[in-house]
Amino acid sequence: MTDYIPELGHFALALAVAIAGAQAVLGFVGASGRDGRMMAGAAGLALGQVIAVAVAFGALVWSSVVDDFSVQNVAEHSHSLKPLLYKVTGAWGNHEGSIVLWCLILAACGACVSGFGRGLPSALRSRVVGVLGLVSAGFLLFTLLTSNPLLRVWPPPDDGRDMNPLLQDPGLAFHPPLLYAGYVGFAVPFAFAVAALLEGRVDAAWGRWVRPWALGAWSLLTGGIALGSWWAYYELGWGGYWFWDPVENASLLPWLTGTALLHSAIVVEKRDALKTWTVLLAIATFSLSLCGTFLVRSGILNSVHSFASDPTRGVFILGLLVAVIGGSLVLFAWRAPALVPTGIFAPVSREGGLIVNNVLICSIAAVVFCGTLFPLFAELLFGAKISVGAPFFNQTVLPLAVPLLLAMPVGLLLPWKRASLGPALRQLWVVAVAAGLVGAAVGFGLKVVLPALGFVLAAWLVLGSLADIAGRVRLFRVPVGASLARLAGLPLSAWAAAVAHAGMGVLVAGVAGMGLAQDRIAAAAVGESVALAGYQWKLDSLADTRGSNFNERISQVTISRDGAVVAVLHPGRRTFTTQRMTTTEAAIHTTWMVDFYAVLGEERDGKAVLRLHYNPLAPWIWLGAMVMSFGGGLSLADRRLRVGAPSRRAAPAQGARA
Amino acid sequence: MLAPLGLFAIGGTSFYILLQRLGTDEYDPRRVPSVLVGKQVPEFGITEQPGLGGFDRSALVAPGKPVLLNFFASWCLPCVAEAPQLMALKKRGIPIYGVAYKDKAEKTAEFLARHGNPFAAIGRDAEGKAGMEFGLYGVPETYFIDGGGIVRARWAGALTDDIVSGSIDPLLKKYA
Repeated sequence: MTDYIPELGHFALALAVAIAGAQAVLGFVGASGRDGRMMAGAAGLALGQVIAVAVAFGALVWSSVVDDFSVQNVAEHSHSLKPLLYKVTGAWGNHEGSIVLWCLILAACGACVSGFGRGLPSALRSRVVGVLGLVSAGFLLFTLLTSNPLLRVWPPPDDGRDMNPLLQDPGLAFHPPLLYAGYVGFAVPFAFAVAALLEGRVDAAWGRWVRPWALGAWSLLTGGIALGSWWAYYELGWGGYWFWDPVENASLLPWLTGTALLHSAIVVEKRDALKTWTVLLAIATFSLSLCGTFLVRSGILNSVHSFASDPTRGVFILGLLVAVIGGSLVLFAWRAPALVPTGIFAPVSREGGLIVNNVLICSIAAVVFCGTLFPLFAELLFGAKISVGAPFFNQTVLPLAVPLLLAMPVGLLLPWKRASLGPALRQLWVVAVAAGLVGAAVGFGLKVVLPALGFVLAAWLVLGSLADIAGRVRLFRVPVGASLARLAGLPLSAWAAAVAHAGMGVLVAGVAGMGLAQDRIAAAAVGESVALAGYQWKLDSLADTRGSNFNERISQVTISRDGAVVAVLHPGRRTFTTQRMTTTEAAIHTTWMVDFYAVLGEERDGKAVLRLHYNPLAPWIWLGAMVMSFGGGLSLADRRLRVGAPSRRAAPAQGARA
Repeated sequence: MLAPLGLFAIGGTSFYILLQRLGTDEYDPRRVPSVLVGKQVPEFGITEQPGLGGFDRSALVAPGKPVLLNFFASWCLPCVAEAPQLMALKKRGIPIYGVAYKDKAEKTAEFLARHGNPFAAIGRDAEGKAGMEFGLYGVPETYFIDGGGIVRARWAGALTDDIVSGSIDPLLKKYA
């Protein structure tokens, strides 16, 4: 009976294509004809679509769990000895499965809009659901025609070919779902933008509706990127956290434009301005998400992360991208002039600050975009083989990031409409002095320049966020009790902004700390010690062990300082029996202030090569990203957003500093 | 308002062209160019593989007819995968010179006994110095050297049917 489950999934996938198509047609036709039944139908179909895709996805996971090697995808990427966790997560650890997951999240977004969007004007909701249906239909068709994970293979092999051992890791198991949820979440702001262009109307209510979606997607994307970076840090064993690899850049680009979108949507909501720009950002963010997911699949970009490439798939993907991105940009070119701005504003004001934010973030995005794609265009135009690496990105992104980080606390303190820099800067002088002291302490203490400047920025951001909260509760200007009462009454959105900005500060501190990192490669015999960063790293032993689908050479390294043991690490080297591939298992001991990081290399002449890293503040990078993500979540939990009262009167009631 | 669309149109067209080239193998993002192509075989020193005869640079400076130079190692899995290709080339009478890269002599001998010996002569590059002279990217790696000792092509990674029929055969015809 259960033999037919893959076919059931296959059928559900085909059904989902039909449902998504119908959802699009009913959504658009119903909205333009104001036909209540058709619009309700579109909403219902969105729900049906998510069920159908979930069945298909479930069938794939089931086939993987029960080791049905007659399913080609399972035969190619699984193995009977693989641990259960990776049998489940392995379902999305390959191209085909990950695309189904992508479609599942997209379908879930559509269902959420139709389920939770009851407060929306029905025509707008219907159009949004329609746009999402159209996008879904395209990508489901792509899955079915070029990347179907439920195809059978005959005769079935005795056992599978196993998954790339690098991917058999808990961090990476949950990285794709989080990242995809972030990518795909931006489909909703995109759908809102297209719907608004179709209606020719963008107002404050629109901004208020788009923001929670952008926020949610942004928070998930932040978490997803951080998880990916963390995985690269501990699994690839290079001791680095960001490599400016095309795939990493592809995930950073929508994050950057999404961050800009998040901020410009506030201006639409509060000041009814920047409409055209915000709509363009919404389109751009989802477009970059699509490029991030799919262009790396076409094999055009070379990357350590990409799955096997296939040019025929590439043409289909390009067609889809042209339809989605090109279509929405044509619509934009045609309809955007109708979106007249109604708000006016002064350059020095909260909205002015948000524009500075947008300009700088988008400049960074443009630089990263050009750097990532330049090798392609150099090859195309000049036939030259070049690669653009970290030095380019570090040198171009840094000059743009520094003013952005400097402006962040100032922007938080500027009131809407009209402001002068004076009061904001007066509130920040203490922060500036404190940040300067931090920098001076690091700079003179350790005789370094760039990391010290990094710590200045980090302190400026964290303390600036505190100053913002302190200013809001009028700390030391009213009695402490009154300040506490104000603290309790602060809207969550105020906390959210402060927390997210402070999280950026924590991240910057981590990056600056990594600027102080030391590493050493040394060959050591058992019992021998290597000195690094004032610590003695002693190789205690080397031994062989067995795992379920790998053999491991494991070592013990004891780190001590002045005779006192600080940590014991067990770096190893795993040889996976099926794929005959070796991975290094870096061992990390973190004190949260510093990471002790050891990698076991080759052995020769009785000595083992050890690569040792001393990484100050490394965990703060991911901690900072998590704090930022949490800040996004806080803002999402703000009651005003949750209720989403689409009345314009609500905005002034929050006061000038909301 | 048309600017974003224009930008996208340019990008889309470029990607389409690249995809077409990817399909016809004109463009390969993983290809690693070699600075040796078009140049004389570099100076290099290798030692003899015991019992299997060695060779030195003089064998490659003016071989008179095209030869292949193959870097391999017993510890390299793609080398096992390409062994049948090399054996087939040997059967066709193409001289192949082998360099065992960073390998122990007895391991090399074992490897050749198990997977066949396609080489006219074998040298050992235990320290990887010759690999350095050639700008070796990894093993296996194969160089096509014409009758005058000029490097004409280099393939990093295992030789495949496509490489033999699509690249080596035309080169053999051209430089015969």
